[in-house]
This record gives sequence, structure tokens and C-alpha cells, in this order.
Amino acid sequence: MWLTRPLQERSTQVFLGVLFAALVVVSALHLFMPEDSALYVSSYTVTLLGKYLCYALLAVAVDLVWGYLGILSLGHGAFFALGGYAMGMYLMRQIGDRGVYGHPTLPDFMVFLNWQELPWYWHGFDMAWFAFIMVLLAPGLLALVFGFLAFRSRVTGVYLSIITQALTFALMLAFFRNEMGFGGNNGLTDFKDILGFDLRTDATRLGLFIATGIALAIGYVICRGIVTSKLGRVSVACRDAEARTRFLGYRVERVQLFVFVVSAMLAGVAGALYVPQVGIINPSEFSPLFSIEIVVWVALGGRATLYGAVIGAILVNYAKTVFTGIMPDAWLFALGGLFVLVTVFLPKGIAGLLQKRKKAETTEPTPAQEATA
Amino acid sequence: MSIFEQLTDRDHVFEFLAPVQSPVDVRHGPILYLEDVSVSFDGFKAINNLNLTIDDGELRCIIGPNGAGKTTMMDIITGKTRPDTGSVWFGSRHNLLTMNEPDIATLGIGRKFQKPTVFEALTVFENLELAMAADKRIFPTLTAIMKAEYRDRIDEVLELIGLKDLRDRPAGILSHGQKQWLEIGMLLMQKPRLLLVDEPVAGMTEQEMERTAELLTSLAGKQSVVVVEHDMGFVRSIARQVTVLHQGSVLAEGTMDQVSNDPEVIKVYLGEDA
Repeated sequence: MWLTRPLQERSTQVFLGVLFAALVVVSALHLFMPEDSALYVSSYTVTLLGKYLCYALLAVAVDLVWGYLGILSLGHGAFFALGGYAMGMYLMRQIGDRGVYGHPTLPDFMVFLNWQELPWYWHGFDMAWFAFIMVLLAPGLLALVFGFLAFRSRVTGVYLSIITQALTFALMLAFFRNEMGFGGNNGLTDFKDILGFDLRTDATRLGLFIATGIALAIGYVICRGIVTSKLGRVSVACRDAEARTRFLGYRVERVQLFVFVVSAMLAGVAGALYVPQVGIINPSEFSPLFSIEIVVWVALGGRATLYGAVIGAILVNYAKTVFTGIMPDAWLFALGGLFVLVTVFLPKGIAGLLQKRKKAETTEPTPAQEATA
Repeated sequence: MSIFEQLTDRDHVFEFLAPVQSPVDVRHGPILYLEDVSVSFDGFKAINNLNLTIDDGELRCIIGPNGAGKTTMMDIITGKTRPDTGSVWFGSRHNLLTMNEPDIATLGIGRKFQKPTVFEALTVFENLELAMAADKRIFPTLTAIMKAEYRDRIDEVLELIGLKDLRDRPAGILSHGQKQWLEIGMLLMQKPRLLLVDEPVAGMTEQEMERTAELLTSLAGKQSVVVVEHDMGFVRSIARQVTVLHQGSVLAEGTMDQVSNDPEVIKVYLGEDA
């Protein structure tokens, strides 16, 4: 089976092992260490790590389309934000009459705007199962329509990147409008609880962190399953020689569409897990800059490895947390500088560095290598 | 037999249920049929009233000076370029002008590009695996399993194209000639009815050329092969029928000797003064 194949793979086993070990260690340190101990992991840190894991899942989704399919999406933030908004709508409806205005069904911002009833697209979001399906469906559907139009017209390369950028920018402008019914530039916030658990308690925060880790594991295995299948090799074929792939009888545009939609859905899940942890979703998640940042994480970690994307996302965001604490104004310069340095000195990213070291350890030229040398 | 008799006869095999060896209908002779095909790019007539018939199992060489429209002709047959006028038929049943590239490839037309195009990041084995005739839709591809019989077939082709030792090496490290061979191997994996081979021996050594000639001639009979080539020595060594293209239409057709003695052909190849 294509989904179980990665589990027999050494690299996936190592990845899952490290991830689960990290989940266990962080949980244990949070739960069992006394609060004044140096090893104590505060609830703030747990949530921060959960946020990193969301970004890691998002980076894996981007690496799937960029690394293996050659589609540089500069608009994946849009899918992330749509998943986030679907989750946000569910959380808003969970507030019920505990809002500032105490209206039984209408979220605060609608009462504030003098709306009399819930817009049609807000119905159903009071049910968790419906909202969770929408987390997958909303980004998936957008990717399906967008991808269908773009890939059918054989738009690729830099043109596609620009269009994805335009897509996320257009969505940002749309979501800024109060008339859209998504809370305008304030977005959705002031969440109370999720599935009946109070979002402000430490236990819920830890639960969300662990859920994010599991989602990352599942997303990683799905992506790994795709790239190690024959379809994954066809994706690489589409990336490197599109016309050739077509003349072999593969429908390139359908391969692209399938992988793109899967990636968008994973990004949506990442967004959905992100929102309850940071407590807010607003249109800034749609900003083109954010989508470009995701690409930087992947480039830094190493394209077409998946685990490189995870490393890149976590490292860059950790650096961001540290840097913006020390000197907030310098962060963008540091990020830009990092990107330039990596492109020049580490074209294959951190993962490339790891692979090089591994190769150096085991280099004994095989007869085949000598023959072609 | 009436419909009723057909339905009650337990041994009756309906035509639509009968196994089809190949959907291509060649009972009327030609496997490929181009009639009055014209195409122009920005006013330049790349193909001009081209008529060409390839018989089933034939090995045909197509020669012509640069810009004669050889590659454009291949683009039209494989669905990459749509002609302005004319008709292109594969067998007597399939109108190629209504089909797209993957459909045409699945139907049984394989193409080797002028510049060898293989998937450099994939291994030699994986290149052949992707080319193999199989269900190429998304989900069957996702769940595809490498069966022993597939592996055997790929190994067979690897043997044939002499790349057995490089089986698990990325195709990017192959030499130019080896890439040409790999691409021919990919064509064979597709099991096409018609092979379009664009300049198969460019960049090959004398020895490799001989083996390529052997391979292509051995294919003819089972498959139809159309070879576009510049190298006259190579064409002479394999050709039975030669078609000369010039300015987008057929200038001469016949055996190599007939063609090379044709005054028109000599004029085109050697210039006005010859």
C-alpha cells in the first residue's frame, strides 16, 4: 500500500521517532517538572512549539508541490488561512452567548455591524464535524478550481508563481472588507473553547500541541507515500521534462492538480491547528509576504526532502522568535541575508549538508561509479 | 442473427465485449495517413500541403535540409501542434486531430525527441518504469506496485539497450549516446505501434550507430518506425523507403538510390549551382 510504504523506510522511521520523542519529552517536562526548575517547559513555550509544528506541516505541503512537482507556489498562505478561517468560524460559534454583546448566535463583530442574522455561509459551523470537513474542503476546492484553470492552460514556472501571489493578495483584500462577513481586518478572535475544552487551560494547550505533532506525522507520511509511489516519480518527471511525460501518456495537468490539491488541504489543516493556539485569525495570514516566507523556510531546509522543510520551518521561526525579541527591526534583514547566504553557499539547504556528510562517511566508489567517471 | 437470438445465445460474443488486440484499425493498409496538411507560424509555412502514408510494419526514413518541417511534422502527429488544414489519421479509425498528447501516446505512438530527453533525477530503471505501458491515470499510478513480471521486462530492455550496469544510477550521469539509447528503451517499454524517432544517432560513435541501426531494423515488421535523420550514411544503412521533405512538403519518395539520383533532390541538397 502506498501509505504504509514510507513506514518501512529508514528516513521516515527516524523522522517519526524524533518527532514523537520530542512530543513526549516536551509533555513530560511540562507536566512533571516543578515550575521553578530550569528544565520546566512553560505553557507559553508549549504553545510556541505547537505553532512551529503548524508551520512545519505547512512547509511540508509547500515542499510537496515545489520540491517534487516543480510548482513554486507563492500563495500557499491562502490555503493555510482558509483552513484557519474555517476553524475560526467554528470557534466563534462555540462562544455562543458569552460574547461581549451576549447575542445567542451572532458573533460580536456582526452585532457591532448591526447585522440581524447569520450569513448563509456561517450556518453549520456550530457543528465540529462540519467545520473540520470545511477545513479540508475550503482550501481543497480553491486549489481545485485554481489549479484546474492554471494547469489546463499549461501555466507553469514564474507565471504560475505570480498568479498564486496575486491569488493570496486578492483574498487578503477581500477578507479585509467588513461586508465579507469574516470580521474584516480584526479577523476572528476571543475564542473560548474547542470541543468543550477551555482554550485557556494548560491541558488544552498541551493537547493542541500533541494534536499538531500527530497531524504533522500523518501529513509527513502522506507526502512521503506520494513521493515514494510511482505517482511521485511521475511528479518528478513532470517537474524535469513536462513534454516528455506527456508523450509517455501521462496527463501532466491532472498529476499537477492532484498533488496541488493534496498540498492545499495539508496547508488548510496546518492553519486550522494554528488558529486555536495563537487565538486569532485575521487577513494578515493571506499577506504575500507570509507566503514568500514559507518558501524561504523550505529553501533553507532543503528542497525535495520533506524533512528538510520541517527543519527549515522550525529553525527559521525559532530564529524569528529570538531575533524579534532582541531587535525587532532587524528581523527582515536577517531573513533576507539568510536566504541569500543559503542560496549561494548551501543550494541544497540544510538537508543537503546532512546528505553530504552521510555520503562522505560511506564513500567507496562502486564499480558503476568508476565506469562512468 | 436478430437481437433476440443474440441475447439468448449463450456463446455469443458481442462485438463491444470482444477482446481488442489493439484499437488501431490497419485492415486497410496504412497505419499513418497525412493528407493535405498545412501549418504556418506567423505567416511562415512550416508544412505546406504535406501528404504522407506509412504502412503497417514499415521502416521509413525521412530526410530533408534544415527547416524542411520534419520536427513540425512529428509535432503534428503527436498532438503537440495543430495543423491549420488537412487531416491526420492513425489507422482508419482514429482521427489524431481530435486527440491530445497523452491519448495519442496511450493509443500507441511513441516519440523520441531530437535532443535526448530523459528524466535526469530518476534512475535508469525508474525511467523505464515510467515509460512502461500501464494504466496511467492518477490513482492506479499512485497505488501501482512493481511486480516481478514488470521488473523482468525492464531488465530485458536494459539488456537490449546495454545499460544493465547503470540500472540504479541517475539518468543524468549518462553520456549523450547512452541517453539516446535510454530514450529508445523508453519507447520500447511503451510498446507502441508506431515509433517516431527524431535523429537517433546524433552524438553516437560509429559502433553505437551500428547497434542502433540493427535495433531499428529489427523492430520494423512488428512495429512501424519513422526515422528522421541527417546522417546519410546511417539512413543508407537502414532505409528501404526514403521520403525527402523540402519546404514543408514531399519532394521525392523512393529507395535511397532513386532518391539520391533525383535531380530535384540534388538541387535542394547541393544548392542551385550543382
